[in-house]
Amino acid sequence: MNKVIGKDELISLFEDKATIMMGGFMGVGAPKFLVSILVEQGVKDLTLITSDTATPDTGVGPLIVNRQVKQIIASHIGTNPETGRQMIAGETVVELVPQGTLAERIRAGGAGLGGILTPTGLGTVVEEGKEKLLVNGKEYLLELPLRADIALLKAFKADKAGNLIYRQSARNFNPIMALAADLVIVEVEEVVEVGELKPDEVMTPGILVDKVICCGRIS
Amino acid sequence: MRTYSAKELIACRVAGEMRDGDVVNLGIGLPTLVSNYLPEGINITLQSENGFVGLAPAGSEIDPDLVNAGGKPAGIFPGGATFDSFMSFALIRGGHVDVTVLGGLQVDQNGNLANWMIPGKMVPGMGGAMDLVAGAKKVIVAMEHTAKDGAAKILKSCNLPLTGKGIVTLIVTELAVIRVTEEGLLLEEISPYATVEEVVAKTEAQLIISGDIATMKGLEQLER
Repeated sequence: MNKVIGKDELISLFEDKATIMMGGFMGVGAPKFLVSILVEQGVKDLTLITSDTATPDTGVGPLIVNRQVKQIIASHIGTNPETGRQMIAGETVVELVPQGTLAERIRAGGAGLGGILTPTGLGTVVEEGKEKLLVNGKEYLLELPLRADIALLKAFKADKAGNLIYRQSARNFNPIMALAADLVIVEVEEVVEVGELKPDEVMTPGILVDKVICCGRIS
Repeated sequence: MRTYSAKELIACRVAGEMRDGDVVNLGIGLPTLVSNYLPEGINITLQSENGFVGLAPAGSEIDPDLVNAGGKPAGIFPGGATFDSFMSFALIRGGHVDVTVLGGLQVDQNGNLANWMIPGKMVPGMGGAMDLVAGAKKVIVAMEHTAKDGAAKILKSCNLPLTGKGIVTLIVTELAVIRVTEEGLLLEEISPYATVEEVVAKTEAQLIISGDIATMKGLEQLER
C-alpha cells in the first residue's frame, strides 16, 4: 500500500476544532511543512498537544501567532512570548504538564492504558485535583491518558508503507504520538520503496502511519 | 589569584561533586558551565532530555537535527545514543540519572525547590524540571546566593510555586556549599572570598554551623 499523498489530499484532512498532537522539541523534529499548510488553510479553534510552543517562527509557533489555537497542552511555553501573552489575556487556555508526564500520558493514550502513576509533581500545583495512590508505601499521582484526532509528525525517511526513521535529536515526541491519534500524518525528507528499510532500523512501524508527505529538507 | 565571577565559582565547585562514570543532566544556563571544570580523570556522560546521551559541544558543522535541551546546536560524542522522549524520561524518572544540576529561584530548609514560575510575572512552564528532581539520585541546586535585588533565596519556606518537595540534596552558591539534611541546612563550605557571618546574613533559613567550616573545595580547577 502506498501511503504517500500530495498537498491536495492533505488539505482535505484538516478541520476546525481538531485536537492535534505535534512532534518536535524547540522546533527540532517538528513538521514545518504541515504547520505551514495549517497556517495557509487557516483552520481554527485547534487544541494542540506538544512538548513546547518553540519560538514565534519555529515549530508550532506560527500557528499560535496566527491565533489558530484555543487550547494548548505543553510542558514549556517560555520561548514563545506570544503563547504567554494569549494565556494571560485569556485568549488561549494553557495546561502546563511536566515533560515526562506528558510523554507518559501520550504513551498511555496510545498503549491502551487507563493512565499512569508517577511521582513527578507531588507536592506541587501539578497534583491539584488529581487522585493520589499509595503503591508499596510510595505515593504517586494518577495521570490520565491523552489522545488526539490527528498527529502531525516529522521523520527523516519513510518507505511507502509508512515505516519511519528519525535522525539525531529530532525523534523526541514523534514515535509516541504515532500511537495516540486517530489519523497519523508524517512529513518526511525522503521516501523509499518498501523493502529498502531494514526491519531492524525502523523506529516507528508503518502500521501506525496513515499518510506520508515528502517535502525534502526544509531549513 | 585573579578574582572569579559568581558563575565561575559555582560551576567549578559543582564540577567537584561529579564522580567518574556519573550520568548527569545539566540544566540550561549556569549549570552547563560545569563541564568546563571537571577534574582530571573524572569522565561523565551528559544526558539531554530532548532525547540522547553523550551530549557534546557543537562541532564546526552545525546539524539542525541535533540540539541541546535549550534548543541550541549541540554535538554527540562517539558512544552516544539517541532515543525518544519516552525513553529519555524513563531514564530520568527511573533513577538512571545520577546527578541533575538545576538553577533555583528559591530553596528552603526542607529541601523544597522553586524554579519554574513567578505568578503574575513569568510562567514559562516546568519543562523537564519536575521529572528531573523527582527521579535523579542527587539534585544539586546551582544558583547565586541572593536575588539581584539582594533578597534571600535560601529561605525557611519557599513562597513561589514548587518544582519539587523535599528533593534537594545540595545547594552550591558563590558563597557557600550547603547540604540538606534531616536536621536542616548544614553549612559545609564557604568561599575563600566570604565569611560565615556574610553567609548567615544573606541566608534567611536557619543554617546548622558546627565546628570549623571548610573552604570551598576544588577551586584549583579555576586555574586550568
